[in-house]
Amino acid sequence: MRRVVVTGVGAVTPVGNSAEETWESLLAGKSGIAAITHFDTEKFSTKLAGEVKNFDSEDKGLSKKDAKRLDRFEIFAITAALEAVADAKLELSESEKERAGVSVGVGFGGIRSFEDNTDLLLTKGPRRVSPFMVTQMIPNMGPAYISMHLGFKGPQSCPVAACASGTYGVIDAFRYIREGVTDVMIAGGAEAAVTPMGVAGFMNMRALSKRNDEPEKASRPFDKDRDGFIPAEGAGMLVLEELEHAQKRGAKIYAEVVGYGATSDAHHITQPAPRGEGGRRAMEMALRVSGITPEDVDYINAHGTSTPFNDRFETMAIQDLFGDHAKNLKVNSTKSMVGHMLGAAGGVEALVVALSIYHQKVHQTANFEEGEEEFHLDYVAGGAQSHPIKYALSNSLGFGGVNGVVVMKKFED
Amino acid sequence: MERNEIFNKVVELAVDKLSAEKAEIKEETNFIEDLNADSLDVVDFVMALEGEFDMEIPEDDVEKIKTVKDAVDYIVNK
Repeated sequence: MRRVVVTGVGAVTPVGNSAEETWESLLAGKSGIAAITHFDTEKFSTKLAGEVKNFDSEDKGLSKKDAKRLDRFEIFAITAALEAVADAKLELSESEKERAGVSVGVGFGGIRSFEDNTDLLLTKGPRRVSPFMVTQMIPNMGPAYISMHLGFKGPQSCPVAACASGTYGVIDAFRYIREGVTDVMIAGGAEAAVTPMGVAGFMNMRALSKRNDEPEKASRPFDKDRDGFIPAEGAGMLVLEELEHAQKRGAKIYAEVVGYGATSDAHHITQPAPRGEGGRRAMEMALRVSGITPEDVDYINAHGTSTPFNDRFETMAIQDLFGDHAKNLKVNSTKSMVGHMLGAAGGVEALVVALSIYHQKVHQTANFEEGEEEFHLDYVAGGAQSHPIKYALSNSLGFGGVNGVVVMKKFED
Repeated sequence: MERNEIFNKVVELAVDKLSAEKAEIKEETNFIEDLNADSLDVVDFVMALEGEFDMEIPEDDVEKIKTVKDAVDYIVNK
């Protein structure tokens, strides 16, 4: 069986414009949630988001012309991918590039570009819609631009799986390498949906927190006073590589990807199935595919959105599946500090799991003070902790009942 | 509008839409060959001309606008 390892990471998040800065912020418990600056929120009941800050695409190697033609989600996707490749010190020959692909999930696509052009269409007519509107809007342009910038000529995949898109990006990438189709993949997710339409849509679903006067406390996964999620933007990318390919060039190995789970709730458009049954089956499948038992798992990076439903049902799913071992697990939510990066979340959380394994450390779930009566997990309150991790899961549970789990393992030759 | 004034406006739009340097733009500058524009850039640029000069440029005419001079002449003759 071909083995798959993580050899590079790159990120643009509300708490850092690189993977390293993001990781350091998470360990320090820094929040990226603040008042929305992208648009006027006067008529919005939720006025907070995890926006990417002080980001300059020219500093990140994109030209002025690139920046004009691209939607924000595409800029995040490209810059995070370039960082991951640089981190991996990856230099491929032309023939190797034919066996290198891109699998990057996106939930919305270029929704801001679509909104702006809709405005032009309605006020000035069809002749004023930008010729770049389509390539700014369609989600697969995220991975497409990455392939163009890197010259990767293998598969190009863009799973659209709501809040699990980034996780499905990693799952597809893992499978391409394991099946022998490719040796190298850029894997992850990208999103930039902190826009009037994006926020209004979630707001009217009653999915968002309204804790506007306490931005840094608004995202509080698993805490009994949680009241919804905080929308956020950015990208998270990994370089996945076939083990021998990585070892031959002396690459640094963060962690090994050993399996995945992927299920549907087949239940409701937004509510999780009772007791998080779909998420539980996804974790169960992930353990089976990885050839491990519940007792082998040390850490779960939860979906943990800070909505009443998700966090209750995800907790039940973990407790139901892991039984007595559940109390030994560290369970944290990256969203407690970066907010919910939607299609990008699974990419960022996968690289957080890889870094947690590499450093044998877990970040805290910020703002977790007290759970509900039937919550019995260790959510890592109060600060980052050292923790021995051999196996870890990254959970993603999206609207539509789409569930994805990635399993990573501490690398041992 | 004076020809010179139109020229300056066209240069301004080329700088904005095609991310060109103002100093490198001459009458004979070809958008595709000299400024690395692709067909979509040219459409975007022509749309900006339409907005700036309040006119419609039919698709068949777009193909004739290859240089700064072509653009200026087209506007002058309209």
